[in-house]
Amino acid sequence: MGRPLQILLVIGLIALAAFPLVGEKFYLQFVTKVMIMAIFAISLDLLVGHTGLVSLGHALPFGVAAYALMLLTPEYQAAGFWTSLAVSVGVAGLASAIVGALVLRTSGIYFIMVTLAFGQMAYYYVHDSKHLGGSDGKYIYVRPALELFGWQPFDLEKPAHFYYLALALLVLVYAGMRVLLAAPFGRAIAGIKENEHRMRMLGFATFRYKLACFVLAGMLAGLTGWLTAAHDGLVNPEMLSWHQSGQLLMMVILGGMGTPAGPILGAAALKALELVFQGWTKHWQLVLGLFIVLSVLFVPRGLAQLFEWRRRRG
Amino acid sequence: MDPVIFLIQVLNGVQYGLLLFLVASGLTLIFGILGIINLAHGSFYMVGAYLAFSLTERMGNFWLALAAGVLLAVALGMALEWLVMRFLYPRDHLYQVLLTYGLILVFEEARSLIWGDDVHGVQVPAALDFSIPLTDTLSYQVWRLVMSAVCLAIAAAMYWLIQRTRLGMMIRAGAVNREMVQSLGIDIGLLYRVVFALGVALAALAGMLAAPVSSVFPGMGNQVLIISFVVVVIGGIGSVKGALVAALLIGLADTFGKVLLPQLAGMVVYLLMAAVLLWRPQGIFGRT
Amino acid sequence: MKDHRNPRRRFLQAAGGLALTASPLSAPFVIAQPAPLKVGLMLPYTGTFAALGNAITNAFKLYVAEKGGKLGGRSIEYVVLDDESEPSKAVDNAGRLVNRDKVDVLVGTVHSGVQMGMVKVSRESGVLSIIPNAGADAATGGLCAPNIFRTSFSNWQTIYALGKVMVERGHKSAAWISWKYAAGEEMFKGFKEGYEKAGGRIVKELWLPFPNVEFQALITEIAAAKPDATACFFAGGGAVKFVKDYDAAGLKARIPLYGNGFLTDGTLQAQGASAQGIYTTLHYADSLDIPKDREFRLNYAKTYKLQPDVYAVQGYDAAQLLDVGLRAVKGDIKAKGQLVAAMENVTIDSPRGRWKVSKAHNPVQDSYLRQVVGEQNKYVAVAWKALEDPARGCKMTA
Repeated sequence: MGRPLQILLVIGLIALAAFPLVGEKFYLQFVTKVMIMAIFAISLDLLVGHTGLVSLGHALPFGVAAYALMLLTPEYQAAGFWTSLAVSVGVAGLASAIVGALVLRTSGIYFIMVTLAFGQMAYYYVHDSKHLGGSDGKYIYVRPALELFGWQPFDLEKPAHFYYLALALLVLVYAGMRVLLAAPFGRAIAGIKENEHRMRMLGFATFRYKLACFVLAGMLAGLTGWLTAAHDGLVNPEMLSWHQSGQLLMMVILGGMGTPAGPILGAAALKALELVFQGWTKHWQLVLGLFIVLSVLFVPRGLAQLFEWRRRRG
Repeated sequence: MDPVIFLIQVLNGVQYGLLLFLVASGLTLIFGILGIINLAHGSFYMVGAYLAFSLTERMGNFWLALAAGVLLAVALGMALEWLVMRFLYPRDHLYQVLLTYGLILVFEEARSLIWGDDVHGVQVPAALDFSIPLTDTLSYQVWRLVMSAVCLAIAAAMYWLIQRTRLGMMIRAGAVNREMVQSLGIDIGLLYRVVFALGVALAALAGMLAAPVSSVFPGMGNQVLIISFVVVVIGGIGSVKGALVAALLIGLADTFGKVLLPQLAGMVVYLLMAAVLLWRPQGIFGRT
Repeated sequence: MKDHRNPRRRFLQAAGGLALTASPLSAPFVIAQPAPLKVGLMLPYTGTFAALGNAITNAFKLYVAEKGGKLGGRSIEYVVLDDESEPSKAVDNAGRLVNRDKVDVLVGTVHSGVQMGMVKVSRESGVLSIIPNAGADAATGGLCAPNIFRTSFSNWQTIYALGKVMVERGHKSAAWISWKYAAGEEMFKGFKEGYEKAGGRIVKELWLPFPNVEFQALITEIAAAKPDATACFFAGGGAVKFVKDYDAAGLKARIPLYGNGFLTDGTLQAQGASAQGIYTTLHYADSLDIPKDREFRLNYAKTYKLQPDVYAVQGYDAAQLLDVGLRAVKGDIKAKGQLVAAMENVTIDSPRGRWKVSKAHNPVQDSYLRQVVGEQNKYVAVAWKALEDPARGCKMTA
């Protein structure tokens, strides 16, 4: 990654850290959601951009974790911070492991379709079930709380505190991903994306690597699900729909697959554009749709391509 | 279940399946021959329904409106292929998904601008607007039978087109090996445009036929789209025969699912797709 | 030359800039005029309930126009938002109206699932909220709040009386069909309570996902079950289709169809012959002998070239209720306590008849029995006088 991009990311980080001091509630919540979506996009990019696994069912672990939090939250009380986080992420990872074990036996367009199928199955299961709230969803009236011997280090009900939690997690996930991709594991999955057959000839147990990726991405999606449910205070079957998976894929492709800042750029751009276009016209989806069509035609490698003017392509 | 009721439910399932076939056949041709994943295919269904609504109002006659609508759909298909789609052929599936997703938004909003956001009904043509009694309590709308008949006629026409005409030969060849067809000197650009327009017209026709029974409403393309993909995948990408078999299978599964297992009804179709994909990924009639 | 600035920051700045220009800072500077009251209208303007959203909006604005464009001395500025009847976006949409657009009053909505999201935001923010339709029992039940009022109904209230009516007409067994969402399920509960208490028996329960309109398979099931009658809940576009499909399947003559009034309100022109003769219960009818109603219907028809329906009446009363409150505090929306007290103690002179606000902030009103004759829901009798929702779980009634 080139110097200018590094500097920009640092500046961006400082701006994000300082924003709560000047931003008002609505925008604070907006940027929090953007950061949460960025984590979600990073998790999908691990599959799509780095391993070559295009999943249209990434909303499944996301939604499963969100519903887990809802089930763990007593009616008008807070769920435990660490317990609910661990259970949500764990359940998401487990779901990914089960689905992954089945779907990773296919590839190409069939992989895309079968991940879609599982996502939709989960969607309909939740949508048609009464005890999970059905099509109206269910509410989480109190956010998870952390208590250490009677002391609350932070109160997630305060927008600024939740904001910093999201920011901290985004930085952690981003850094963790950079480390993972530079490590031998990262090299291996890059190799699998390039040519799986060759990697198998070289002795790599490619299925295990792919499954590990799938589960890891699923767990990160679960983290996002937990954050989203806690932030919005609401879980709804739409969180499991293919629209959710599709929109996320848009973010990843639009931002630039397989690039470090791509997922973050994509998430921010799509959400911000939505907000801006909504202010212009009632028919903002038309503008957004045109934007997407034009981007694919003219900036095919995504927004991150805009930063490549100094990068030397290897 | 009472045998007569059972037969009626089978009739319901077949009718739904045949309509799905119409939409899915277009999708499987576009996918199989042109190699494009077109998420906006549901939008063509919606366009057809809305065209049926306004053209019937304008022209006063449903059948005239149908004919006019099909012609408009073909024109739309040709224009869309030339303007946008042909840039997608060399591109990765992912970009096709992204671009056509953008198209869904464009079409949906264009619909809102042109036709507004209300729900509309389309009158069944007066001559066919009656029901035949099947049991002492239940009657069946004749229009639904007409719909099914039209779908079967189109299925037959497609069979004739693909198996017995030169165009059909090119389509079959193109589905197997695109590059070879190109190197044989066939104007692949024109062939693709024709196939795409055919796909669009089929989806629009389905929308027009269904409009009297399903109502015309915003977002009506979304549900159809996703089920059409299921049909295409189960039937085999590029296989019209497969689309027919799969569509009937899904029509029946969905209908009986709603009735016998209401709790799991929504999942049934996707369970089916997952099962097929895991057992035989290329679908029932697809090529390996 | 490419733009190197961080696009994220650029967008945030643009968004921030847009927010500033949209804020009251840019309002024209006029001397000695109270600032307009911001009324947020969060209603469906797309989809199966679009006609309902429009009717409510029309009637609300009609009342304001009748009062010279002002309520409680303040001119009204509308911030309109299409909620698309989407529960998943409800909290976001309501939050946007309350936190970004800073509305003084939140008016909405139609869909009960969306309403629950609005209720959540209303309770958290304390913004004065008036519900012009959605009957979610909890809004004036378990989740009632001093700042939440309803001028329409609770789901229970619209259908409780239907059971007694059906049994009195000799239908001891019934099939039920509706959409499977919060409102549908609450309608079922209310119907079941009333019907079973009157001695009826529900022999079949059929559900389909909202807003699905593929009724064919389920209508076949009703025929198979052979009940004395069918009770249902559908509204808007779905109601139009169901009544037509039910008739086309030949069931209407053998297994009479009943429902609460949403089945036939605002839909009769589209339903035509299929709806003739259907009995429904609702807190409004088309041929009430009430002077206020005649005046309202005349004005509405003159202004909008359409016949009003129950949704319009509810929207009209929402503006009326707000007006009562504002006049009591002379336009000072911040005097919450006084405002709420005034609204609680009023008797609303509504086109549907006079009604009072219950302790849980829901109307206490008569439930009318109506029958479809021509393009009207003709008043037949009072099915239940001064029916009050039990407001189960509401802490304000204690």
